[in-house]
Amino acid sequence: MKLDVKDLSFSFKSHTVLNNVSFSSDSGECIFLLGENGAGKTTLFRCILGLLRGYAGDIRIDGISCKRMSVKEMARRISYIPQAHSPTFNYSVFQTALMGTNALMDMFETPGEKECRFVYEKLEMLGISHLAERGYAELSGGERQLVLIARALVQNSGILIMDEPTANLDYGNQFRIMERIKNLAKEGYMVLLSTHNPEHALLFADKVLILKDSSIMLYGTPEETLNPEVIESIYGIDVEIQNIPTSKGEVPIFVPCVG
Amino acid sequence: MTTATEKKRKWLLIVALAVLAVVFVVSFAIGKYPVPPDTLLHIFWSKLTGALKDWSDDIELVIFKIRMPRIFAGALIGAGLSTAGAAYQGLFRNPMVSPDVLGASAGAGFGAAVSLYLGLNFAMVSVNAFICGIAAVGVAYLISTKVKQNPTLGMVLAGIMISSLFSSGTSYIKLIADPNNTLPLITYWLMGSISSIRVSELIYASIPILSGMLVLFLLRWKMNLVAVGEDEAHSMGINTRLMRIIIVSAATMISAACVSISGMIGWVGLVIPHFARMAVGHDYRIMLPMSMIMGAGFLMIVDNFARMLATLEIPIGILTSFVGAPFFLYLILKKGDEI
Repeated sequence: MKLDVKDLSFSFKSHTVLNNVSFSSDSGECIFLLGENGAGKTTLFRCILGLLRGYAGDIRIDGISCKRMSVKEMARRISYIPQAHSPTFNYSVFQTALMGTNALMDMFETPGEKECRFVYEKLEMLGISHLAERGYAELSGGERQLVLIARALVQNSGILIMDEPTANLDYGNQFRIMERIKNLAKEGYMVLLSTHNPEHALLFADKVLILKDSSIMLYGTPEETLNPEVIESIYGIDVEIQNIPTSKGEVPIFVPCVG
Repeated sequence: MTTATEKKRKWLLIVALAVLAVVFVVSFAIGKYPVPPDTLLHIFWSKLTGALKDWSDDIELVIFKIRMPRIFAGALIGAGLSTAGAAYQGLFRNPMVSPDVLGASAGAGFGAAVSLYLGLNFAMVSVNAFICGIAAVGVAYLISTKVKQNPTLGMVLAGIMISSLFSSGTSYIKLIADPNNTLPLITYWLMGSISSIRVSELIYASIPILSGMLVLFLLRWKMNLVAVGEDEAHSMGINTRLMRIIIVSAATMISAACVSISGMIGWVGLVIPHFARMAVGHDYRIMLPMSMIMGAGFLMIVDNFARMLATLEIPIGILTSFVGAPFFLYLILKKGDEI
């Protein structure tokens, strides 16, 4: 699958949020979106997902313009993984994941045996099938995030969009979720995710897209894009990059110059 | 691949259906003129098989002319209001929402009050109530389309405002109505009652109520996704704007039609869906039929109390909460964490 964003601009009334944003990406890539709060990350995602329609420019998936696709056709190509939230109604894990099958169903259809088996397959794959009958509201943040990923995999679309998937997770879960996501990209999914943690991008990104002042400042591999000057210009923080030797080789890390 | 829990839920649904059938039959026997169960079953059986009539005309009159309309009305209105309430709770992602949230009952109440004030006949009272109920929601919906960022919130707020406008209109009508004959009529109508329901009214009202219920029933699986959230539902392939229009139209047809023949029967649409949620969980595929069954059964039972409790018939709108609220409070005390 190929995603092409071309000359994308979006404004809320007179306030420009995105200005001539263009980039393209392929299946198997894990793209990290960096930028300060209010840089337009969420707006960019919402445009790609088709949640905001009044944009200028064009978004194409495999050459087909998203503006010409129905909601269902979009859902077959892109799925959305929101931050792990607390739900109004406490659906079970299985019921939550089953919702992903909707994109393939008709208006009045309900899921049957085949869909249920598919859901179990995906829960199994993510190692959470033992939670199937538990209520989503009773899970920890990390488990909830996995359930939402399972739901997106059930949707069976080639592109996954994640809004700060590790924002509310503990230190260990942040890395476990990131590794899962990286594996999904290796299996052929295109993953677009936003993060406020540039170190995750250093470790897990195939490409980094940096939004600043409504436009793309840089787009390329982590090596090309992530250096102390860039971090300074995005976040206004003085940092140094260091390669730390570990038991599994050298790991790059940003160290803030404080104190 | 159905899990043990899902099987259990299906069984609960079947049990509920059986209980409903029992309540339905028993309701024919209960009232000022009690009919013994064996006589009742004998009459039903004879009617079904076409056997000769060997019972008195009095019993025939009580069972088929007096009790049957209100039993059917109770079942229909109870099921309808519960369905509409369950649908709205999902659409607005708020368990505190009832079918009157968008102004359907307030509008219908106003339409009825004006018609009674003008001295129109009972058919016109129902028709005007129905029209005003639909109109109130229509206005609330049109206003809410101006809210782009959070359309459901816009709809609730507009609905609450429209409701209060119509309620104050109704209060004004009550103020200027003749306290000797019109005012009691309006007050009694607004309290909600199915005791004097006519068969023709019931048949007309059942068309919007049943078709609304059918639409919501067919969409039961999609309602799970709607209940999760606007953006998420959209990204999973739900046309949320279209879905909102369909759910609101269906639920409004149901509640406006219910109110137009029965007056304001509160509480059912708010609480019955919660009973259903407690029994079978939140999945609308099974929760919605459960709400229908429980709502129908509940209102038939309450109507039996309305007939039995006092020499003067008590309006059912008063009794629904009188019977139901203590039971719900008991459930909160016992299983509060599962709500």
